[in-house]
Amino acid sequence: MSNFAHRLKIQNDINTDYIISGRYKFKIQDEKELAQYIFEDLESGFYKKIKTGDFLVAGENFGCGSSREQAPVALKASGLQAVIAKSFARIFYRNAFNVGLCLVECETNYMDDMDELELDLEKNVIRNISKGVNIEIKPIPEIMRKLLDKGGVIEYFREFGGFKEIV
Amino acid sequence: MTAPVGIFKDNKELITNGKRSFMRQTIVEKILSEHCGRKAKSGDIVIANVDFCFGQDGTSGMIIDSFRKMGVESVYSKNLFCMIIDHSAPSPNIGVSAIHDKIREFGREQSVRVFDVGRGVCHQLVPESGYVVCGDLVLGADSHTCTYGALNILSTGVGSTDLAITLASGKNWFKVPDTMKIVVNGKLPKGVFSKDVVLKIIGDVGADGATYRAVEFYGEIIDALSIDSRLTISNMAVEMGAKCGLMKADKKTLDWLKRRSDRTPRPIEADMDARYVDVKEYDFSDLSPQIACPHAVDNVCDVEDVLGTPINEVNIGTCTNGRLEDLEITAKILKGKKVAPGIRVIITPASRQIYLDAIKEGYIEIFIKAGAVVNNPGCGPCVGTHQGVLADGENALSTANRNFKGRMGNPNASIYLASPATAAATALVGKISDPREHKRRL
Repeated sequence: MSNFAHRLKIQNDINTDYIISGRYKFKIQDEKELAQYIFEDLESGFYKKIKTGDFLVAGENFGCGSSREQAPVALKASGLQAVIAKSFARIFYRNAFNVGLCLVECETNYMDDMDELELDLEKNVIRNISKGVNIEIKPIPEIMRKLLDKGGVIEYFREFGGFKEIV
Repeated sequence: MTAPVGIFKDNKELITNGKRSFMRQTIVEKILSEHCGRKAKSGDIVIANVDFCFGQDGTSGMIIDSFRKMGVESVYSKNLFCMIIDHSAPSPNIGVSAIHDKIREFGREQSVRVFDVGRGVCHQLVPESGYVVCGDLVLGADSHTCTYGALNILSTGVGSTDLAITLASGKNWFKVPDTMKIVVNGKLPKGVFSKDVVLKIIGDVGADGATYRAVEFYGEIIDALSIDSRLTISNMAVEMGAKCGLMKADKKTLDWLKRRSDRTPRPIEADMDARYVDVKEYDFSDLSPQIACPHAVDNVCDVEDVLGTPINEVNIGTCTNGRLEDLEITAKILKGKKVAPGIRVIITPASRQIYLDAIKEGYIEIFIKAGAVVNNPGCGPCVGTHQGVLADGENALSTANRNFKGRMGNPNASIYLASPATAAATALVGKISDPREHKRRL
């Protein structure tokens, strides 16, 4: 199955208010329902474009601002396989791996909207099939890989009862 | 004490000559070392004991869900944690009411404290209630938890699940950040305040200029500021991406804490030759009042550049600028005057204590006579769920910390950020105005 890139009109400093507005995060507790409102204030109906396994591609400082965990939860529930950006904000970075959403840091200039992509976390590369280029990604830190492999920090904690295995 | 400039030069030499001393530590390295039981340096990953943690009504629902999923029966310590209903309080709709109800229920079940509607903003209540002192490691499920850096506390925002981990275990894992030093020297002109200082710095450093870093603030201007004013600066450290915005403890810090807490503060200072990844020095003796223009906090200009921009709503309050000093400045400008016809001026004290103090000082009467609306203590209209949602095409001038599109509830409205003085001056004329016109009153 093919997976495609989705790009918003704005690229840098996409904050968590933009990912999921306070209007929705305060009243909706169901994550699938929440996912319908991602990027609602930027590009209404954006979620409809996403098919399971697709990628969101962005520029610098993705996920800045509010600590709302509904942001990575809603992105994950929308079916995204990973968010690919040049850089991520700190709180969002932790939150994403905690809830089992994969984040990939790399140069994103060579990925256009609707390019077909393939992510290979073993070889640390993204293959842009539409353009026929390979893009090297920053290896995901070991601690984050461990959380991701378990499906999130809660699953990890349930299994190990703490972080001893990580550090 | 003034931070001596010579030492910073020495620091730079230390780095460039490659003579980095691994024994010398920044504030964040020291606090994390103390809390993990070994000497920590930037880049290390440590498991540390957390002194206090909390959630607010936008994040506590998910804290509770995550806590339940972990399969733990009870919280690690009921004195470690509290929940604060501040973001949408009192509840504006059924969905929020259900979340508030869930918070109260969990509070009863686990015997943990809940600050219910009308008590105030979490970032005022946590320090004001005496829970935290110098040297502490504090986590909050709210990005502006960095506020208490002004009290020499390593406090930082995390998500709900991270908070639940700490709630269950008393611990969490941390990557020890690099530290950036920001020195603010000079003497602020009349009509220019700590909000202008921090907006100017964010405009210079950028929204991601301090990502993954700790910031330490020093200098003559920081030393001269009150605790209320210092809290405003640390509050906005996250707007440049920082993990925390720390200040050293001085007599003012210790006196402030002593009046509120029974706990013994443990002031932490950086070593003289601690390693900094960047050092920025400013002299703000000629600083103008600053404005962050739509729709980014680092889109900052002097007030002169946007004078006369029409404003429909003025919002004074929030965890950035809802403290007594902010209300005092507002009252000095509004006293005996009326707000401009057609403008909505909404004032929200940051806590019940501040509200009571403002009543005692006569500020609230001044606001009401001037034609302003006074909200119950809490986050007010800042997060866009109630108490002042904007209409399409409207402009707001707010003393909050974020002006993202849609932040105040409407993606087709625009938000300008400024100090309470600029906000009050603007309230009188209905367009962006220079508070220095009122400097005789300040």
